[in-house]
Amino acid sequence: MSELQQIANELRGIAIELSFKGRTPHLGSSLSCADIIAALYWEILDINPQNPEEPQQDRFILSKGHAVTTLYAALAKKGYFPVEELSTYVEADSRLPEHPIPGCIPGIDLATGSLGHGLSVAVGMALANRIQKLDNRVFTLLSDGECNEGSIWEAAMFAPTHKLGNLCAIVDFNKWQATGRSQEVMSLEPLEKKFESFGWNTYRIDGHSFDELLSALRKCESSQETPTAIIADTVKGKGVSFMEDDNNWHYRIPTKEEVELAKRELGLITLNS
Amino acid sequence: MRNAFADEIVQLASEKKRLALLSGDIGNRLFDTYKERYADRFLNCGVAEANMVGMAAGMALSGLRPVIYTIASFLIFRPYEQIRLDIGYHNLPVVIVGVGGGLSYASNGGTHHSMEDIAVMRAIPGMQIISAGDAWEVRAGLRAAYESGKPTYLRIGKKREPLVHKDRIADFKIGKAIPLRDGDDASILASGNLLPFAKETSETLSRQGIETSLHSFHTISHLDEELLNKLFKREKPIFVIEEHNRNGGLGTAILEWANSQNRDTRLIHRLGAQNEFFHRTANQTEARGMLDLTAGHFLNRILEVTS
Ligand SMILES: Cc1ncc(C[n+]2csc(CCOP(=O)(O)OP(=O)(O)O)c2C)c(N)n1
Repeated sequence: MSELQQIANELRGIAIELSFKGRTPHLGSSLSCADIIAALYWEILDINPQNPEEPQQDRFILSKGHAVTTLYAALAKKGYFPVEELSTYVEADSRLPEHPIPGCIPGIDLATGSLGHGLSVAVGMALANRIQKLDNRVFTLLSDGECNEGSIWEAAMFAPTHKLGNLCAIVDFNKWQATGRSQEVMSLEPLEKKFESFGWNTYRIDGHSFDELLSALRKCESSQETPTAIIADTVKGKGVSFMEDDNNWHYRIPTKEEVELAKRELGLITLNS
Repeated sequence: MRNAFADEIVQLASEKKRLALLSGDIGNRLFDTYKERYADRFLNCGVAEANMVGMAAGMALSGLRPVIYTIASFLIFRPYEQIRLDIGYHNLPVVIVGVGGGLSYASNGGTHHSMEDIAVMRAIPGMQIISAGDAWEVRAGLRAAYESGKPTYLRIGKKREPLVHKDRIADFKIGKAIPLRDGDDASILASGNLLPFAKETSETLSRQGIETSLHSFHTISHLDEELLNKLFKREKPIFVIEEHNRNGGLGTAILEWANSQNRDTRLIHRLGAQNEFFHRTANQTEARGMLDLTAGHFLNRILEVTS
């Protein structure tokens, strides 16, 4: 197993533990984007976890805020806050609520949870970087159901107009939304063609292949004049056989036994949280 | 309350052939029975609330009677202009059902709280607002809203709320509060999710020798003026309990009414939440405690004022 894969699986393990402990839903959503988040935080983002306020760094917005357990796991492992603090998840007055609250922990700039906000805010950050002559990039992770929202397409039209090469939107395309197959709820496909026709450099990739993820993510450079869209084909619940592509795990909370089973499948024999 | 809604909408759809149900990619399995029976009158509108509201207006302009459903905060705030113009301005018969009103989704954080929804919906001329106090009020409120043929916001809770009424409410009327307890020392008007707490408070007070009248004041627009006239004439304190920010909710509506009628506004005590974003991690029970929205807090406030 590659080192990145190992990290991604550890993030998955934490997301599973948190869902169990906090009795919170959206586990399938957290698992589908673990590889994307691992690739971003361990290989792509130019960040300074010791000084998150410092403006000269890349930004990441988790627009699909309901998958925040994976992001909490990544931020803890990256040193934004102590790993032990994960055990306070959703407890009263914890810094780790079910969806991020403004300023809850260092490393999270935007309170997400209402879908359809992240891309517009990312566009604003990308514009601000350019106006302030910072060559840092802004990445945002959207879900497929989220692309139902009109606001996504307003931002999608705006970004190429203003040549925001420093912007990258990734869609975690796991083919499910809360109550159905995405394609049956709204005709998203061909999703990469939609972004392309709006003027984005678009890549449709296997969102669980680190090679493909890294090479697509590396295409986003602030020196260029076109924003990057990465349509990542993913599997909801990825990494745990009995959760994969089963949308019951949008809402279901694992039992103690299922947690153990899942962690064994992920190769996490030593339990660390 | 959402199960009561899901059940009642099936019954209503069997009677009303023009009813169509639109939902915004929530309520997994909730509408299975409805979808089985009335597949052609159900639409999963996806995560696109503004579009859903606009489509409902189009359907209403073309002979249908849509009922639209999703999480209150997502249904009201982003599509507000669609609600204001497409539904309100055109005075269309659309029932707007917001699930998880107030702090029902407290644990999900501020994105999911709806503590200002009533304030903004009150601002739309002609918009009826019903805030259901238990599952029976959900059922009766849905029917009354549908029958009224007017734009109506029905705000409901989520799940496992205690029942206050014993059975179907036979004579539920929009704009007519439901008397639950008698008492001359003060009056309590409660609407929505906190009705069970209001009842508990009134009962505790009674054991302590303070008799309060209690009404389920489910309709916020339009107010039960007949009842208000009666209560203000008693010149006793009036406590308004609601799971909503103090600014703009039922308490404010009554305050504005009293002012316009030259009544003594000092009689009114608004027991809602402070008008601030709630930034703390908390489930609904914890959040109510932190925001002074529990039976214990209501009791103390009423004792302070009445003694
Ligand atoms: C504006 C808005 N509407 C509705 C919801 C409720 N909701 C939470 S997750 C979700 C859909 C999830 O599907 P998708 O966006 O594809 O993400 P996935 O979980 O599949 O990664 C919905 C509708 C929300 N959070 N925000």
